[in-house]
Formats: sequence, C-alpha cells, structure tokens
Amino acid sequence: MDPYALKKLNQCRRERRAALLVTDLGDGRDRVVVEGDPVSGLLGEAVEKAFRSDKSATVEVDGRTFFLNVHLPPPRLVMIGAVHISQALAPMARMAGFDVHIIDPRTAFASPERFSGVRLDAEWPEEALARSPLDAYCALAALTHDPKIDDPALMAALEAGCFYVGALGSRKTHAKRVERLTAAGVPSSAIERVHAPIGLAIGAASPPEIAVAVLAEIIEALRSRGLEARKGEAA
Amino acid sequence: MPEEVQSEPLDPLMTAEDWMKAGKDVAIATVVETWGSAPRPVGSHLVIDGEGHFEGSVSGGCVEGAVVAEATDVLSDGKPRMLEFGVADETAWEVGLSCGGRIKVYVERLG
Repeated sequence: MDPYALKKLNQCRRERRAALLVTDLGDGRDRVVVEGDPVSGLLGEAVEKAFRSDKSATVEVDGRTFFLNVHLPPPRLVMIGAVHISQALAPMARMAGFDVHIIDPRTAFASPERFSGVRLDAEWPEEALARSPLDAYCALAALTHDPKIDDPALMAALEAGCFYVGALGSRKTHAKRVERLTAAGVPSSAIERVHAPIGLAIGAASPPEIAVAVLAEIIEALRSRGLEARKGEAA
Repeated sequence: MPEEVQSEPLDPLMTAEDWMKAGKDVAIATVVETWGSAPRPVGSHLVIDGEGHFEGSVSGGCVEGAVVAEATDVLSDGKPRMLEFGVADETAWEVGLSCGGRIKVYVERLG
C-alpha cells in the first residue's frame, strides 16, 4: 500500500468523510477515492455501488481485478435531551454500534451520574454542535419537549442532511412544531423528513420501550439509505 | 471541557500509520473475498510489523499465525501475496477455518 494512500485514507476516517481504497490486485497499485470524486467508466459504477451499499468487494473491470475497500464513518446518534428515554436509549444505541452524544443545557438533567460512560455536553445545542458538527452519518433525536432546545437542533440536523431526524411529541405538538419551523424559513420538503411522533408504532409505553421504538426506526433509516438513493435515481 | 469518554477500538490502519511514522516495516493483510461462513467480513485488516507484532484480525484467530508468517516474506521481497484458507485446502489440518468457510487474504507491504 502506498504510504500516502494510507495517510489520506486515515485522514478521511478521522474527519468522518466516506472514502474508498481501490487496489489493483494485478500490480498492487492503489489510490483513495473520496465520496463525490469522479471515477469514470465501469470502475466508477462499481465504486458508486460500493459507497451506496457499504460493501467492500472484488470487481473485474476490463480484464483487471480491483479490490474496493469502503470506509464509511460509523453512525452517530445525537440526542437532544438528557431525559429518561435517553438513559435507556444511550446504552442500547452503543450496543448496536452507534457513537452516542447527548446534549442538554439543563445541568440537572445532564449530570454524569445519570449517564456514565457517555459523551455528554451540558450546553445549548448550537454550542455543542458547533464543536462537533452533524453530518450525513448522524441521526438526531430531539427529546426535550422544549422548542427552545429542540428546534435549533432539528434545523441544524435538516441542514446537515442527517440520515435520520426525529422529534418527540404528539401529533398536536408536532403540528405546532411544523408551524414554527415553517415560520423560521425551513422548506416543507425538509420538515417532512422529521419523524414525528418519534419511533416505530409498536405501542411503546415506558421510556425504555420508547427507546426501542426510536432505535428501531433509526436502524431502519440507516439500512434503507441505499434503497432510498436508488429510488431517487429511478424517479 | 467535555471529555471524550467513549473508547475507540484498536484500529489496524491507524496502528499501521503509527508504526510507519515510527520507522517500522509494516505489512497489511486484507480479507478480499469470503465464501460460506467467514468470521470476519470482506475488508477486514490485520497489520504486522517487522518483528511479528500484529493488530486486527482476518479470521477468528484460525489463520492469523499463517498470515503473520507469510508477512515476513512479503516484507523482505516487497511482493504482494494472495493467500487462500479453507477446509478444502490441503493445509486445513494446520490452519483451516473450523467454521467451514473459505477466505482469500491479500498481503502487501506498506511503501
């Protein structure tokens, strides 16, 4: 492997950018493709497919054999609100392979005793997210019920293209939220991306059950991303 | 300041870069194909330094020894090797995959 390729690949991974190492198994030469870089021809199609499916694979192109090793950033779940649901959702999400980040400016909620071993910021979302920005590999769950805290985070998540955006609250609460976001200038196509009421409809009652419903909905969004992209192309 | 409390699992490619910066010889092994049940997915890495230290895995521990041994040759002549392991292989008794799958591992030198 080319040392420069390794450095570039690791740099992309540190910066949470999707990258792929293409190795020609015939001569051992390799190069890094960052998602969005143009790659022409059949190899380009294979590269695009690998990014979309998150599957590394060996491909034959024009009589040459290439290995495509995809490196997508690990999914991160950002919870707005250090609430009872978050206490159940944080350990479940970690078990499912997510990086977890909890943000809540209310220090009584955001106490390390309630969330041991989890990255927790007792700050306003604008401050915490400025330091640790959202991206397409983040899911955001707004769980405070407080528009002052939830709304700016929801807007940031829609702006950043998070693969999942969900907000706690009844249909009535959400209708008011839609009005506020519309008044703030968020386009309706973006507002429609907010999952609300949050979570799959499994009749969840207790906070841990709601956490299961939310995590299931997030995993569904994560694993169907490729399909959504394909649907988009066909349309 | 908020603390980063989540621990990162040991990452073979980051380790390879650290070793390279420390001036060590480094070989990188990558699972490039699997058939049947395989313990580690395609794309998994094992990295090996010139003294036989390694990080990561290409199987559940079944063939790592053989890959590390092969890496010594790759480091000395710089030529990449393609290794295949599986129950159908004649070396199965020594380093076969007990799960019954087959894997292909590409071993190359860094730089």
